[in-house]
Amino acid sequence: MATYQKFELPDAGEGLTEADIVEWRVAVGDTVAVNDVIVEIETAKSLVELPSPFAGVVTEILVPAGQTANVGDPIIVIDTDPNSDSTSPDDSGLTQGDPAAASDEPDNSGSVLVGYGTGGEEAAPRRRRQQPTVAVTATEPARPATTGVSPAPRAAVSAPARLRSSRSANAHVLAKPPVRLLARELGIDLASVAASGPGGIITREDVLQHQRQAQARELATYPGDDQPWLADGEVSPDGRQTRVPVRSVRKRTAEAMVTSAFTAPHVSVFHTVDVTQTMRLVAGLKADREFSGVRVTPLLIAMKALLLAVNRHPEINASWDEATQQIVYKHYVNLGIAAATPRGLVVPNIKDAHRMGLLELAQALGELTSTARAGKTRPQDMSDGTITITNVGVFGIDTGTPILNPGEAAILAFGAIREQPWVYQGEITIRHVTQLALSFDHRLVDGELGARVLADVAAVLEEPARGLVWG
Amino acid sequence: MAETPWLPHNEAEPTVQLVLPDGSENTDTQWDHYRNLVKDVDAATWRTWYRDMALMRRFDEEATALQRTGELALFTQARGQEAAQIGSVHATRAQDWIFPAYREHGVLQVRGVPLKEELHLFRGVDHGGWDTEKHHVHLNTLVISAHTLHATGYAMGIQRDGLVATGDPDTDAAVMVYFGDGATSEGDTSEALNFAAVNQAPVVFFCQNNQWAISVPGTRQYRGPLVRRGAGFGVPCVRVDGNDVLAVHAVTREAMERARNGGGPTFIEAVTFRQGAHTTSDDPTRYRGTDEEQYWSQRDPVERVVARLRAMGAWDERFHTEVTHEADEFAAELRTYVRSLGRPASSAMFDHVYATPHAINQTERDWFAGFERDLADGEGGH
Repeated sequence: MATYQKFELPDAGEGLTEADIVEWRVAVGDTVAVNDVIVEIETAKSLVELPSPFAGVVTEILVPAGQTANVGDPIIVIDTDPNSDSTSPDDSGLTQGDPAAASDEPDNSGSVLVGYGTGGEEAAPRRRRQQPTVAVTATEPARPATTGVSPAPRAAVSAPARLRSSRSANAHVLAKPPVRLLARELGIDLASVAASGPGGIITREDVLQHQRQAQARELATYPGDDQPWLADGEVSPDGRQTRVPVRSVRKRTAEAMVTSAFTAPHVSVFHTVDVTQTMRLVAGLKADREFSGVRVTPLLIAMKALLLAVNRHPEINASWDEATQQIVYKHYVNLGIAAATPRGLVVPNIKDAHRMGLLELAQALGELTSTARAGKTRPQDMSDGTITITNVGVFGIDTGTPILNPGEAAILAFGAIREQPWVYQGEITIRHVTQLALSFDHRLVDGELGARVLADVAAVLEEPARGLVWG
Repeated sequence: MAETPWLPHNEAEPTVQLVLPDGSENTDTQWDHYRNLVKDVDAATWRTWYRDMALMRRFDEEATALQRTGELALFTQARGQEAAQIGSVHATRAQDWIFPAYREHGVLQVRGVPLKEELHLFRGVDHGGWDTEKHHVHLNTLVISAHTLHATGYAMGIQRDGLVATGDPDTDAAVMVYFGDGATSEGDTSEALNFAAVNQAPVVFFCQNNQWAISVPGTRQYRGPLVRRGAGFGVPCVRVDGNDVLAVHAVTREAMERARNGGGPTFIEAVTFRQGAHTTSDDPTRYRGTDEEQYWSQRDPVERVVARLRAMGAWDERFHTEVTHEADEFAAELRTYVRSLGRPASSAMFDHVYATPHAINQTERDWFAGFERDLADGEGGH
């Protein structure tokens, strides 16, 4: 009866949990001996070849090249007794390989009997020279006999090929593991990075430099389409689509947005407001000696306005704890600022913003912005935010319905400030006007509370002196 | 120099070499002293060395394969360092003591330690399975350089026990400690050298400079040549081609003899190359180039022995086949043994904490046994 052995992905490093299957060196139908290299994997630490612990015929490849497997997952099935009478395996639904097909023609490139196919075309080394018929006759095929009395068991074991890290693709490139990890996170192919380190080693700075250049988003024109499009990614044969893997910041953003949008019922309220006084205040602060060297913008006043509103309505500064069915009210404000960076959207927050005066707030905003632009925002800078402002106005947009940063109850969109005709003191005059939008989590924030918070923000922007009253 | 930028800048240091990479004799007269020390090495000895080196290499390959199939948690590869290990360990006697680091598989094997028992450590079954007293081989030390001090202390001990410089070649003993270039950057090595020197302890410091401390090359690890490291402490030093088994044997023989005779410590720098990875968790292709690996593959220690045997007319295919066959059987036995090891009882961790019965240890053992029973009961209740 055929005996199917599954090879489970081992931990090729120390304490690794998963690995990518880079390339299968065998195909279904191939005969393998113990210690034959069967697959190349890439872990977080290294690119390694794995030998077969079994002798027999490959009946199924369970994880195709390009996919990630967890340590302990079966990745290949080997029939260690392929010449016995065929019976269906009782549990796994595997089909037994046809021994005749596997042994007849040495030049057969390995027909696909079951599973995912032969993978790498002719690149994979094919069937071994040994006749499959001598592969295994022992009842415990995983343990080849130790004596050489019969040719059969000896043929089933190869002296291990010198197992080592293989040198395909990126292996030619010299870079230390943390730099490789960085490149992988950024979706950068190390082979395309120019090395500046000693002995041609690619440094962290090389990768970052490459990324900065890549941010220029090269455009290219593809055959079949006259419109130029992004140069990276995989272009469809007709040249009309480009597929780019979802990576890094884009991936995290997508996850956060989906989580937020489909757990917190969003409600948005809008308010159009005359911010002429705010513009005067900004102009005044810019001229102020204390604020020299600090960037003062209307966003800064909006931040202060929101902090004042939170101070008057602390219930808005909260989050919904689904697990415990509790509402968590925060006694502090970690004020998030959504920042568009070359790597995508990040939302770092200013810790304990409620304790800051206007100057401190301005300095914190400047630091946050430059850190984000440099791509150096750390995870802790983005965690534990309590409420957020998104400054859509910098893109010339009037307003939008922002999606909550997960774990927060409200987000304020600050629109573009335009000079518009406005009724002011009974007359139509030209005023600086903007639109505000506040989205909130309707599970814990009622419409009234949301409206009051937005009205307070608007009131401060309309008349910043009100801050003296509320502060 | 320009074409070998990876070599440390001290390549000009005099280096004992008796056999050239092509297997021919190095006739340089400056090494006559060492050549005369090993005049007794005959074809039979060369064959023994070849066998030891071939088995060591096969062990390396098989253990690596076992790690790659999930049977071992980790393995430290020693490919390329066969001559340094086999040449030096054959200069030890039964009464001598060895303190290995964790890559000295060939040393262990020649000392009679069953290598399959070394794999207990790499499977995580225990901290080292062999009888240290029987083989006079201390357990592997994974803490870099810590054992240079243990070895020095042990050497001072046998010195005080009167086991040194009595003139009896059957009892006079010495200690040899194996470590790598990386260990020389640890303070322990310097402390050990100093203690050994001031006490004239019978210890030989055998440094296998395999060029890489994990991913840090020699060119970035030390400035002064390693071989001079002992001189400042008053320890005689010698640099040897670590891929020349005969030269290694000659310098080690002299050093061990000096130690046994009361002449104190010696520092040996054996210049070799770790052809494999630091451990199976490491990937050297990420930090070193093929040109460097090719340079060293042309200086492979095993191939040099084959070439020497051929040059002596002492090589034949039958011998080769015999050794290969022996290696095959050895590998098959290793596989079977390692796969049968299973996992030890959890209570084993309490076994050797104290030499004698100990109340707290017993209490903890009992508590843990109860805890495990509770776990098992809990699972049964589902």
